[in-house]
Amino acid sequence: MSPTESAITLTVNGARRTVRVSPSTTLLEMVRTRLELTGSKECCAEGECGACTMILDGEPVNSCLVLAVETDGSEVTTIEGIGGAGMTPLQESFLTAGAIQCGFCIPGMVVAATALLERIPRPTESEVREGLSGNLCRCGGYSRISAAVMAVAGGNAAT
Amino acid sequence: MTWFEYQRPQSLGEASDLLRKDDSVALAGGTDLLVALRHRAVRPALVVDLKSVSDIAEGIEVEGDRLRIGGRVVMSRLTRNQHVGRHFPALAQAAAVVGSVQIRNRATLAGNLCNASPAADTAPALLAYGATVIASRPDTTRSIPVEEFFTGPGTTVLERGEIVTAVELPIPPTTIGSAFARVTRRRGVDLASVSLACILDPSGRARFGFGAVGPTPLLAESTFDELATDEGWSRLLAVTSPITDVRAGAEYRRAMLHVHSRRAFQAASEQLRAAT
Ligand SMILES: Cc1cc2nc3c(=O)[nH]c(=O)nc-3n(C[C@H](O)[C@H](O)[C@H](O)COP(=O)(O)OP(=O)(O)OC[C@H]3O[C@@H](n4cnc5c(N)ncnc54)[C@H](O)[C@@H]3O)c2cc1C
Ligand code: FES
Ligand code: FES
Repeated sequence: MSPTESAITLTVNGARRTVRVSPSTTLLEMVRTRLELTGSKECCAEGECGACTMILDGEPVNSCLVLAVETDGSEVTTIEGIGGAGMTPLQESFLTAGAIQCGFCIPGMVVAATALLERIPRPTESEVREGLSGNLCRCGGYSRISAAVMAVAGGNAAT
Repeated sequence: MTWFEYQRPQSLGEASDLLRKDDSVALAGGTDLLVALRHRAVRPALVVDLKSVSDIAEGIEVEGDRLRIGGRVVMSRLTRNQHVGRHFPALAQAAAVVGSVQIRNRATLAGNLCNASPAADTAPALLAYGATVIASRPDTTRSIPVEEFFTGPGTTVLERGEIVTAVELPIPPTTIGSAFARVTRRRGVDLASVSLACILDPSGRARFGFGAVGPTPLLAESTFDELATDEGWSRLLAVTSPITDVRAGAEYRRAMLHVHSRRAFQAASEQLRAAT
């Protein structure tokens, strides 16, 4: 017996979407396979690595630990919804700092760092490290990632 | 993941009825449940989402001499709440080290208790502060002292259909000293190898909550006089029975428990002295 699919309606990156999903589909799976937004990555699929980080109703979460059906009526921002046509200063900063190696963790890092800067516009280095402690980088680029975040935080402070 | 049906009831009665069935399970933040579903450690036919149940509060309220933390309150809200920070700093500190920002935005306090891990980080503070768990069914509500809530790793006294609607803490009538300590293998996201909270009141009583050093989180009580002697410390720690697992060896746990309990006692004593 296969479980009942149900239709849910949510706002993804500003656009209203209606999707039929089965209860055991995660938000991450739905976004990647049904909405075909593949920027968010599935890596550990159990909340450890942060590669799947999305902003759900204003707060960063691990989308691999959220059922799609839970998000009916919610607002979701994925990496594709950050920045619009061009890159944000934070994304530029990741590039100039050389923070991107294989790139697999970067969508999650950028989403988590964007949320962090919204909450704490001028973080200390330790606030950046703590704020990104749910995001693992297999390439070990932590110093440059935190430098990239600090650089824009400082940039904001200067303007 | 396994196949299951999903329901999101609006009332406690409806949720409780659905959860009375053997093969149903409650969903709060999902940070434990989704992992268990993925590992097929649980295979429910029905997942009952508690997030729309209006009788389970999302807020933190002072009610007379108690602080009532609603059953849907997540860790990040606990860490930012002024009442929790002012009256129950060890709980705020514990909530702040659960997982990561992403986890804390979903993980509820009620879920941390109901999941009943011996290492549940908020349990030691709740034990030491003398918290009670409010568990409801449509017809009955029970207040369960946290020290009577856990029955073993992953098990509690909750009966089928019973839902945790709040956690209540008595607001200390006087200034108290408090400390929280946690040993992990690495910095960053990791479960505790040992965690503890220590609460001292000016009358000379000491209450400790211990995590990850027994089959459940544990409460131990003592007095300043007792803790002036090594025998007093041995008696205090006698409730614990650390084991060896992937995170730490039993010996190491015992040693860390001893050292950090004494340090926490010291820190809480100094706080108390400074305030009185
Ligand atoms: C990457 C990662 C890191 C973690 N780090 C930590 C950590 O450092 N410290 C720590 O203590 N925990 C940690 N956890 C575990 C978890 O986040 C916490 O235990 C969390 O508080 C569980 O709450 P939840 O709302 O997500 O519960 P859920 O997963 O929704 O539920 C947990 C259990 O409780 C039951 N339940 C939930 N709410 C109720 C209710 N109101 N009434 C009755 N039953 C209920 C559910 O049926 C389920 O069995 C971590 C988890 C992950 C994935
Ligand atoms: S894939 Fe979600 S946290 Fe790793
Ligand atoms: S850049 Fe490779 S995992 Fe982070």
